[in-house]
This record gives sequence, structure tokens and C-alpha cells, in this order.
Amino acid sequence: MQPRHFDGGRLAAAIEMIQRLREGCAWAALLWALVAGAVHAADVTLTAQKDDRGRPVAMAQPPQRIVSLLPSLTETVCALGACDKLVGVDRYSNWPKNLHATLPVLGGGMDPHVEAIVALKPDVVLLSNASRVVERLEALGLRTVTLEPRTQADVHRVLHSIGLLLGLPPEQGAEREWQRLQAGVEAAAQSVPTAVHGARVYFEVSRGPYAAGPSSFIGELLTRMHVGNVVPADRGPFPRLNPEFILRARPDVILMGNHSMQLAHAYPGWATLDAVKHQRVCAFNAEDSTTVVRPGPRMDEAARIIARCLVEKAPRRAP
Amino acid sequence: MSNVSKAVVRSRWLAVVLLAATAVLVVLGACVGSTGWESVWRMRSDPVAQQIVWDIRFPRTLGAWLAGALLGLAGAVAQGLFRNPLADPYLLGSASGAALGGAAAMVLSGTAAIGMEWMQRLGMTGMAFAGAALAVLLTLTLAQGVQNSLRMLLAGVVVGVVLGAVRDMLELRYPDILQPMKAFSLGSTAFIGWPACLLMVTAWTVCALAAWSLARVLDGLTLGESTAASLGLPLGPMRAGLIAVMALATGTAVAQTGLIAFVGLAAPHLVRSIVSVGHARSTLLSSLMGGVVLLTADILARWLMAPEELPVGVLTALLGGSYLLWLMHRGHAVRQARG
Repeated sequence: MQPRHFDGGRLAAAIEMIQRLREGCAWAALLWALVAGAVHAADVTLTAQKDDRGRPVAMAQPPQRIVSLLPSLTETVCALGACDKLVGVDRYSNWPKNLHATLPVLGGGMDPHVEAIVALKPDVVLLSNASRVVERLEALGLRTVTLEPRTQADVHRVLHSIGLLLGLPPEQGAEREWQRLQAGVEAAAQSVPTAVHGARVYFEVSRGPYAAGPSSFIGELLTRMHVGNVVPADRGPFPRLNPEFILRARPDVILMGNHSMQLAHAYPGWATLDAVKHQRVCAFNAEDSTTVVRPGPRMDEAARIIARCLVEKAPRRAP
Repeated sequence: MSNVSKAVVRSRWLAVVLLAATAVLVVLGACVGSTGWESVWRMRSDPVAQQIVWDIRFPRTLGAWLAGALLGLAGAVAQGLFRNPLADPYLLGSASGAALGGAAAMVLSGTAAIGMEWMQRLGMTGMAFAGAALAVLLTLTLAQGVQNSLRMLLAGVVVGVVLGAVRDMLELRYPDILQPMKAFSLGSTAFIGWPACLLMVTAWTVCALAAWSLARVLDGLTLGESTAASLGLPLGPMRAGLIAVMALATGTAVAQTGLIAFVGLAAPHLVRSIVSVGHARSTLLSSLMGGVVLLTADILARWLMAPEELPVGVLTALLGGSYLLWLMHRGHAVRQARG
């Protein structure tokens, strides 16, 4: 008996040790999460100091007159409460809704009206690095900040960059906004029933068909909804697919931007797809599509739109 | 003899008229833009208005004229060289080649890393020139020389399509250049600053001098290949020189403004419909004409929808296309009347 008792004692000791270890692990994990989180936040504030060309974002004086030539940047400025500092926007900046009624419209990324931009005497012009007008504006002595969010991490970074530019402390501006977005996305993800998790989704961004891959902004949202993407990750963010590929991939549900201007069965052979047969297709209207494809401070709304579609259309797995 | 000198006198008058038109248009170009005429009045007191007129409107006005002049010159050289009134920097594939060169330059430099403006402009022009030259050489190889003009035009169309497809593939592979390439293919003078003007002036001077001195071979060629050879002209090198002129002119214009259609085709036609003189004069006149045509189109593009503006390439394609249709229709009617 003695040895047994002894064994029992050892067992109890072992269990206790394991428990302690577990606790320790939990503590370590918590600590690690805190450190990692802090490191992550520091990372963002560090990378946010430079724009896409690697030039510092911050100005000696926060700008009072801002021109934005990229919709997601316009939205970011407004989300940080500096909408009143905008003096001109591009043709495609359609949120907040009244912008075009109150501000001069300065063309688009492809055909910006250089003269009209200069005439507004902006302190800074926010635009994408892909725009041809960057060097022209720089040559004319205007300060440009090039930022183009493409992913969720970019949205976070650009929020910090614009906050820095506007002279807002992160905890009052960028970080608070980011936490709000995170809460919104999380709530949208929670609204998707677990029976839908793992459903295989095909998201068509535009006719081509161009799909939203897992590394795209939309793909990241889908991942956070716990649904799968029929497009493999190695195809890049917006691969152009063969309609055949979709036919073979057999998505459970199809999401389409209205920009594709057509219905799913317009592709030959798609009528036999289960998703099409059972009308598990969401065709977003123009407004919803721009919201969904735009990586900016309406990310929570984008998540809600996608979640609503999944709740309505995605097939439930048998329990 | 008096006939010839009459034509020469007429050509001088045309040159004077075109230069006068240029002067008027440059003044007009300085006045037209998104912000309207006021900028000119307020130029003395308002530094921004001064910047708008001096650093935006003047370079883009001059740039539009220069790009038109380069395209007009290239068109005249092409039409003389290939003895085909349909030859145009675009139909021989050189513009597609230049655009492909531009796309390659964008991929190589990476749109993310905008380096020094000057280096980029030179790089872009160099690549566009190389692309244009490559396209013309390909066309000539495919056509096995310049003797058969139908064959050559067909080869030019084929080369244009193939190089266009290569450009499409580049755009698909590197989607980052999609937007700038789209802007490029619309053709716009909005991005021209003083450095681009300087570059185009240099290219134009080189091309105009070369075309002027090589024009004898074009005159000889109108009498036929063998006659030209019998005149003792070194046909091969002179032809190569003219092709280089065409590629340089097209490449420079396309690199700075993007694809602008029909100017190179229409300008020599317009000149020929007014005067008939030797190639030395008509090439330079075509150049002036191209400048006037493109500058007019550019001012229209800025003015028609002000304060919005149209990409000028869209407008020249519309206007130039309509002009060509009219020319074909009239030619048809004239032939019908003649029986």
C-alpha cells in the first residue's frame, strides 16, 4: 500500500506541477500576448511614419487644406474627424455622401486636373503612388503623401499615418477608430452561424472573372468570417480566373460586385453550379460593392454586408 | 519652273500661317484651363495664379505643340519612306512598341519607387524609343523590306497587335501598372512639365535636322526605287536614318503624352491638300501642322467641359477619325464623279 500511497502522492504532486505549469503557461501566454501586442502597436506607429515612397508623413504644422485623390484616403480623413479640412476630392470619393455637393471634384486617378489642384493651394495632397500625377505635383512644389491601403494591416497603418499627419494622438484618433472597426468586424463575424463556417466562397470582384483571393482585403474579411475561399492563396490578391476553374471548384456560395454587370449564369456552364441552382448568389448593388472592395474605415460595414449575405445565402452544414 | 517656285512661295505662306496660328494658340493655351481666364489677370498679384499659368499651362501648351510636331514629323517621314499615304507611326506598330517600352520602364522602375524625375523621364523616353525602333524593325523584317507597301501595312498591323498583347500580359502580370498604363493609353498632356518640354525640343531639333538633310532620298523614292538608286543616293543608310528619326520622334512623343492617335496620319494629309512641295519642306510643314492640330485639340479638350477636362487622345481619335472618314468619302465621291 505504501508504495501505492507514495505513487498517489507523486501523482498528486505531478498534477499540481502540471497545473502550475499550465498556469505559468497561461501567464506566459498572456504576457507574450501583451508584449506582442505592444510590439505590434509599436510596429504600426513606426511604419506609419513613412508613406509608400518611404518619405516621412508628419508635417511641422498639421495641414489645414487637404486634397485627397483616393476614396479610401478621403474616408480615412473623414473617419478621423477632419472632413472639414478637405478642400477637394477625386471623382470616385463618394463617401461621406455630401462631399461632391460641397467640394470641387478634381478628376480621377487617371486624369487628375493638375491646374485645379494647384489653384486650391492645398497644404498636402493625399493620393496613391500609382497615380501618374505624383511627380508632376511634386515638381509644382506641392507636398504629396502617397498611401494606398490594400489589406487590413494597411488600413491600420494608414489610419495611423493620417492620424499622425493630422497631429492626432493615436489613442484619441487612429487607435480608437481601429478598435471600433475591429469590434464591428468581430460582431459581424459573430453573426455568422457556426453551421456556415467552412463554407466555400467565391467572390467575383469584376468581370474577367477577377476573383478576390485570400490575400486581398475581401479575402481577409472572408477568413475572419471563418469561411473558405475557392481561390488558392498563391494566386495573388485579385487573380483573373478561367470560368472553368469556378465550375470545377464548386463554391457553396457566390458573391459578386455589381461592377460585373451581369448575373452569375451569364458564364456558360454555370447554370449547373449548385450555388446558382439554389440561388445562393449575392449580387451587391453599386453602393454595397464600393463599400466592400474599399479597404478603409468602413471595413466594419463591409464585414456586415458580407456577413448578411452569408447568413442569408450560405448553406448550413448538417450538424 | 515658275510652277515650282509658286509652290515654294505657297509653302512659305503656309509656314507663316502655321507659325502665326501657333503663336495665337499658345496665348490661348495660356488662358484656357480649369480655373478659367482669371488666372491670367491675377498673375501679377497672386503667386498661385502665376504658377498655374507659368508652370502648368505654358509647359503643357508647348508640350502639346511639340508632341504634335513630333508625331506630324514622324507621320510625314513614314508616308514618304514607305510611299504610302496610310503609313503612320501607329499603323507601323511603332506606337505600340513605344507603349510597350513605356510599360516595361514602369515595371522595371517599379511604380512604388519614384526616383529622380529626370532619370525617370529619360528612362521612359529611352525605353519608348527602343520599343518603337524594335517594332519598326520587326515590321520591316516581317514585310521583307519596304517594296511591297500592302505587305508592310499588314505586317505593321500584326506587329501592333502582338506588341499590344505583350503589353496586356505585362499589365496582367503586374497589376500595379494597370492604372498608369490606362492613363497612358488615353493620351494626356496634363503631366507635361518644363523638363518634358526640354526633352521634346531636343528630340524635335535632332529629328527635324535629320529629316531635312535626308529628305532627298524621299524625293528620289517617289520616282521609284531604281531611279532613287540611279541618282547615286546611299539608299540603305539613308533609309535606316529615316527609320531612326521616325522611331525617335514617336518614342519621345509617346513617352511624354501617351498614345495620341491620328495626328501623325492627318498632318501630312492636310499639308499635301494645301501645297505640293518637296519632302524637305513638306516634312517640316507637316511637323508644324501636327503641332497646330494637337495644340488645338488640347485646348478644346481643356475647354469643352471646363472645369473638367478630357484626355486629349480621346478627342484626337474622335476628330481625326471623323476627318479620315470624310477624306475617304470625298475621295470616293471624286472618283465617282471622274467616272
